[in-house]
Amino acid sequence: MSQRIPVTELTPDFRGRAEEALADGQLRNNFRVAMDSLMTKRANAFPDADEREGLRELGNRIKAGALSRLPDLLEQLEQKLTENGVKVHWAETVEEANSLVHGIIEARKGSQVVKGKSMVSEEMEMNDYLAERGVECLESDMGEYIVQLDNEKPSHIIMPAIHKNARQVSKLFHDKLGEPETEDVNQLIQIGRRTLRRKFMEADVGVSGVNFAIAETGTLLLVENEGNGRMSTTAPPVHIAVTGIEKVVPNLRDVVPLVSLLTRSALGQPITTYVNLISGPRKPDELDGPEEVHLVLLDNGRTGAFADAQMRQTLNCIRCGACMNHCPVYTRVGGHTYGEVYPGPIGKIITPHMAGLDKVPDHPSASSLCGACGEVCPVKIPIPELLQRLRQENVKNPEQPQQVKGGGAKYSRTERWIWRGWQMLNTRPALYRSFLWAATRFRVLAPKKAGSWTENHSAPVPARRSLHDLAARHLDQNGGRPS
Amino acid sequence: MSQLFYDAAPNATRVSPEREPDRQYPEKPEAVTLFGTCVVDLFFPEAGLDAIRLLEREGVRVYFPQEQSCCGQPAWTSGYRDEAKAVARAQLDILDRSGLPVVVPSGSCAGMFRHHYPALFADEPDTLKRVEALAERTFELTEFLLKVCRVQLADRGAPSKIALHTSCSARREMNTHLHARELLQQLEGVERIDHDHESECCGFGGTFSVRMPEVSGAMVKDKTRSLIDSGAVEMVTADGGCLMNINGSLEKQKKSFRGRHLASFLWERTNGANAGEVA
Ligand code: SF4
Repeated sequence: MSQRIPVTELTPDFRGRAEEALADGQLRNNFRVAMDSLMTKRANAFPDADEREGLRELGNRIKAGALSRLPDLLEQLEQKLTENGVKVHWAETVEEANSLVHGIIEARKGSQVVKGKSMVSEEMEMNDYLAERGVECLESDMGEYIVQLDNEKPSHIIMPAIHKNARQVSKLFHDKLGEPETEDVNQLIQIGRRTLRRKFMEADVGVSGVNFAIAETGTLLLVENEGNGRMSTTAPPVHIAVTGIEKVVPNLRDVVPLVSLLTRSALGQPITTYVNLISGPRKPDELDGPEEVHLVLLDNGRTGAFADAQMRQTLNCIRCGACMNHCPVYTRVGGHTYGEVYPGPIGKIITPHMAGLDKVPDHPSASSLCGACGEVCPVKIPIPELLQRLRQENVKNPEQPQQVKGGGAKYSRTERWIWRGWQMLNTRPALYRSFLWAATRFRVLAPKKAGSWTENHSAPVPARRSLHDLAARHLDQNGGRPS
Repeated sequence: MSQLFYDAAPNATRVSPEREPDRQYPEKPEAVTLFGTCVVDLFFPEAGLDAIRLLEREGVRVYFPQEQSCCGQPAWTSGYRDEAKAVARAQLDILDRSGLPVVVPSGSCAGMFRHHYPALFADEPDTLKRVEALAERTFELTEFLLKVCRVQLADRGAPSKIALHTSCSARREMNTHLHARELLQQLEGVERIDHDHESECCGFGGTFSVRMPEVSGAMVKDKTRSLIDSGAVEMVTADGGCLMNINGSLEKQKKSFRGRHLASFLWERTNGANAGEVA
C-alpha cells in the first residue's frame, strides 16, 4: 500500500474550508453527536468539581515544573534510557526525524512497518516519507487505519476517524477490502482486526508515540484501548518511539495524576484498557519484546514556544483532545477544516510554532474566545489568552522583530488606522458624544448593509436616544449630578 | 544535542494561579458609578436606564459620568493592544475620579475591567495598582443587585416562561449565570426554561462575528433555534453583545421570538407599570 496522502483539502483557506464543512449536514451531525457524547463522558468522569479542580492545578504544576527544568530532564532521560539499552536520537526538524527513522529501518533491511497511534508521526508525515522510500507503513489504530484506507488525515487527535459514522466506514471497507456491508460496529472492528493481526506478525519495525517519558527511570509510558499499541511495541523485532521534547516528566509519581487527567478528559475513562510502560529492549532471559528500542525526540518548533514565558504554556499539553470536544467552532467545522495536523484550540496555539503563524493566519481569529477550551483543559493552558496573544502577533508590523515565527501576517495599515480612529473616538469624550448625537439623530440613515454582519443579522439601527442622553435627563430630574 | 534548549530562559515558566476564592462582597454603598458600555449606550439605552432605576430603588445613588465610552474590549480581543490600552486608560481615569464602586450592565465588559485590565497594565506598576483597585470595586449588574444590595424582588407580572442566555466569557469570569438564575428565581410568576446547549456560545465574540461570518452565523442559528424550541416566550440576557447578535439573527430570519436585557425584564416585572404585557 504505497500511497500518497493528501496534506490538506483543495480549498486553500480556513474560511473556505469552513464554509464547505458547514454545508455538509452529515459531517456536522457526525461531529455534533460525537462531541456531545464526549462532553457527557468527561463530565461524568469528574463528578466532584473540587477534586477535578485540585487535580487540574496539580497537573498544571507538574507540567510547568517539568518545563522549567526541561533541558536537565531531557539529559537525565537520555542517560537513563541509554542505561536501559534504548537508543536516543534528537531531531530538530521533521526531516531529521524522518531520516533517522528511515535509517533505523534501512539498517534492518526492513520494508514493513506497523504503527500505533502517534500524532508526532502525523506531524512528520512519516507514512508519506517512508512510502516514497519503498517502506510500507500500516496504521494499526482502528481510527488511523480507517483514515489511512480512505487517503485522509485524522480529524481529531484522539479519534482520528470521528468524522465518519458506521455507515461510511462500512462502505469504505466494502469498497476497499471487498467486505460485505454492515453497520454493526463490532463486526467492523473485527474486519479491521483480521487484517491487522497478520501484519503485526510480519512487520519488521513497530512505531509508536509516547504519552509521558519519565526521566528518573528512563521509562516510556503509552496509553491505549485497542491493544494495538502493545502489539506494535512488542511483536516486531524493532520498536521506534517518536515523541515531542515536551513529553518528559521528572518521575513515575508524576504520571499518576497526569494519566488520570488524560484518560478522564479524553474519553471519560478512569483508566485506559492498556497502560504500557516501556523500559528497554528484551533482556537475555526474557521470552518476548523487541531486540532494539529507539526513541526519537522531536523539536519541530517547540523550543520556539519554550523561549516565550506566555507561549511556553502551550507545551503543557498532554493531547487529551478535550479542548476540541468542547469547542463550538470545532464541533461545527470538524478537524479537517483546520488544514493542519493538530485541529481545534490546541492546534490553533501550537501550529504557529511548528509551521509559522503566516501558514495559519486565520486560526487565531477563528474563535469567539468563549473560553470553553481553557475551562476544560486538564493542565490549565489558558488557551483564550494565548489566542489573544497570537492575534497581537498576527497584526504586528512585519518590519519589526517578531516574537512568534511568521508573525505580522495579518498586518494591515488600513485596519491599524481604523483602530486608531476607534481609539480617538473613545478617548475624546466630546467627539464620542457628537458621534452618539449623530448616530441617534440620523438613525434612519444607518446603512442597510454592514459588511459581513448583515449576512447573518438585520442591519443594526441605533436607538432614538443614547444612554448618555437618557441618563443625563433622568439623573438631573432625580437630583443626581453626574460626577 | 540538548544544548539546543539552553538558549531559552528556563525560569520563565508560568504556573496557573490558584483557584480564586469566592468573592467577598462589601456592604451596600450609598452611591455607585454606572458604566453603561458602548453597545447598551447606542443600541439598548433603555436597559441602561432600567439598570439605574433598579439601583435607585435599592436606595443607591447612581452617577453616570458623561465622559465614559467603551471599555476597550473590541480592540483588545482583536489584537490591537496599544489602542485598547489607550481607551482603557481613559476609562480608568474617569472611574478613578470618584472612586465609587462601578456597576456594569454587561458581563463581558465587567470581566474586561476585572480580568483583562490587569493584563493590559502589567508593565506599569503604578497604574496596575489603580487597575487592581478598579477590579476590586467592579460589579456586574445582577451580581451587584444580588450580592451587594441583597435585593428581594416582588414579582407583579403575569406567569411567563423565559429562557436565560449568559455570555460565555462573563459566565466563566463573572459567574453571571448563577446570579441571573438566582434573581429570576425570586420572581414568582417566572419559570426559567432550560434550552438545548444552553452553555454554548451564541457565536458573537466581538469581531469574530464579522471575521468568520460563516462559523459565527452557524452558531447563532443553532442558538436561536434552540431558544425558540425551548418553549419559552422570550429570552433574557445581561450581555449587550449577545443580545445584539441573537436579536439581529432572529430579525434576519424573520422570527417573532426576541430577547431583551435582563435589567429591563426585571424592572418591568417588579415595577408593575407594564405588568401583564409579558405573558
Ligand atoms: S490543550 Fe489541554 S485540553 Fe487541549 S489537548 Fe492539550 S491538554 Fe487537552
